[in-house]
Amino acid sequence: MHNNGRFGIHGGQYIPETLMNAVIELEEAYNRYKDDPEFKSELSELFNEYAGRPSRLYYAKRMSEDLGGAKIYLKREDLNHTGAHKINNVLGQALLAKKMGKTRLIAETGAGQHGVATATAAALFGMECVVFMGEEDTRRQALNVYKMKLLGAEVIPVTTGTATLKDAVSQAMREWTSRIADTHYCLGSVMGPHPFPTIVRDFQAVISDEIRSQMLEKEGRLPDAVIACVGGGSNAIGSFYHFIPDEQVELIGCEAAGRGIDTFETAATIHTGRLGIFHGMKSYFCQDEFGQIAPVYSISAGLDYPGIGPEHAWLHDTGRARYEAITDEEAVGAFEYVSRMEGIIPAIESAHALAYAMKYAPSLPKDKILVVTVSGRGDKDCVSVAKYRGEEISE
Amino acid sequence: MSRISQAFESHKAFIPFITCGDPDLKITEEIVLACAEAGADLIELGIPFSDPTAEGPVIMAADERALKAGTTTDQIFELVKRLRETVTIPLVFMTYANVVFSYGMDRFMKQASEAGIDGLILPDVPFEEKQEFQEKTTEYGIELISMIAPTSNERIEKIAREAEGFLYIVSSLGVTGVRSAITTDIPSMVSLVRSCTDIPCAVGFGISTPEQASRMASFSDGAIVGSAIVRIIAEHGTSAVEPVREYVRAMAEAVHSTK
Repeated sequence: MHNNGRFGIHGGQYIPETLMNAVIELEEAYNRYKDDPEFKSELSELFNEYAGRPSRLYYAKRMSEDLGGAKIYLKREDLNHTGAHKINNVLGQALLAKKMGKTRLIAETGAGQHGVATATAAALFGMECVVFMGEEDTRRQALNVYKMKLLGAEVIPVTTGTATLKDAVSQAMREWTSRIADTHYCLGSVMGPHPFPTIVRDFQAVISDEIRSQMLEKEGRLPDAVIACVGGGSNAIGSFYHFIPDEQVELIGCEAAGRGIDTFETAATIHTGRLGIFHGMKSYFCQDEFGQIAPVYSISAGLDYPGIGPEHAWLHDTGRARYEAITDEEAVGAFEYVSRMEGIIPAIESAHALAYAMKYAPSLPKDKILVVTVSGRGDKDCVSVAKYRGEEISE
Repeated sequence: MSRISQAFESHKAFIPFITCGDPDLKITEEIVLACAEAGADLIELGIPFSDPTAEGPVIMAADERALKAGTTTDQIFELVKRLRETVTIPLVFMTYANVVFSYGMDRFMKQASEAGIDGLILPDVPFEEKQEFQEKTTEYGIELISMIAPTSNERIEKIAREAEGFLYIVSSLGVTGVRSAITTDIPSMVSLVRSCTDIPCAVGFGISTPEQASRMASFSDGAIVGSAIVRIIAEHGTSAVEPVREYVRAMAEAVHSTK
């Protein structure tokens, strides 16, 4: 456990005074409920009966044989209700918010998966829901905007800055400072001020908990590496967490290189960013020499964020995890390859992790085992991938 | 007594906020001089930030304009040096943690101090995170201004006890911006502060009219006005100097005559 929400030098609570008591109240509530048997059993029932957990750990036989190296297992978070890992965190936070007497959830969203998950939980719990989404992203992910509205949420397009995920986070924070008493900010990743990086990590840690027992059951041993994509980093930290003490298990995060880490059109924070303070946390951020946050780019709206969660920054500092940069081109290649080889259309975010596995697996002997987290399903990305390939389709 | 606390000595203080570089640094220089001549007792100079999470739409847009105009932290240090040839009232920077941290804490405070800056306001650095910044502000003789908000409650005392320069009282929930009414119980907040320190208290967020400024100053030691001035600058652009001067004169008079 890290004191004051610090992971090494990272983390902290860099937020306006207006929000301090709100995050302190959240931390106290979380500490009260996280080990409460009733809370745990309610959450586990929601995970199992509503979200469809545990998610499958699937042996991707054709892909493994075709690549000719390590065995590849896919952790199928795409099979969860709402189609991504985001639901794990949202069910946890919504239940916590309900216990705290909150009646309204607000959230930011990039690709729309977290927004849809939050709108879903709000519908389930009978809560009001407002989702902030960059205007650029509302265009890239029009179907998710429709879903959120269908689920009863209000979607507010954010037009400031680069009109993408970071601006949606800023706007959700601004909204929270103006209405705190009845409102919980359901942050979607392992970022922001303490206690969010810890709370979100704990709710996502179910992923690695399941991988561990499923792998022991299937192979009688731990995997050699766990690979996941990283924007803020919630599915990655969830996939890594229970393996952190097992030094023999390589932990590999895949960030979005966009058009390449040697271009300005990238979102690869570990590769191109440096230490900074933003969105409530100390961590690595893409920024200019005067600390202005850089506009970032990735084909994936969900990885299009200029920072990375503080625990990842710390895992990077200590060398416990390593971070690879995957370009749009490589991710699109993996999106198509996995669709063809396994009949699984992965989210373009998850395709970044799959792309790295495609490079890494052939370099390893056949007795090695890789687990790749398929954080979400790719239906939402078909239009933009088709467009990337020069084909215009409409939804 | 610091130059900042002296600003509250003879009467209630009027504190305007200006975003540096909006619409350009030349105009900012003229506006700051006009504010000082028109009766401002202390001036907050905003160093623009790309993602100002405590600002409402008016100041957010000003930051965007200033950055688009190419404004940098180094140019703002030069601006302050030029201003210091004539301006004697306290000048404080208002910016975000990353602007200072990324520049290098030591380097930033040294430059700011040499340029003639008296204080620093960082809305995203609360009590819990201030130590890292305060080590350097103290070393270079800059006062780190603390804020209290309507939600601070039991936090007010510990914040007030360690406050430097003046205490910035945030009048309302939410971000900066003009408000038609301020409903927070400011007198109770001030009396809590008074029970543990005699540091001057100034109220900001939402103030735009002389009546509001005078009312807020009557509860405290001064009034801070940002968005209302930035809005005049947005409207008048390069010819904003005179309208700002007139506005500041009226606001300062209202505050100075408040008991």
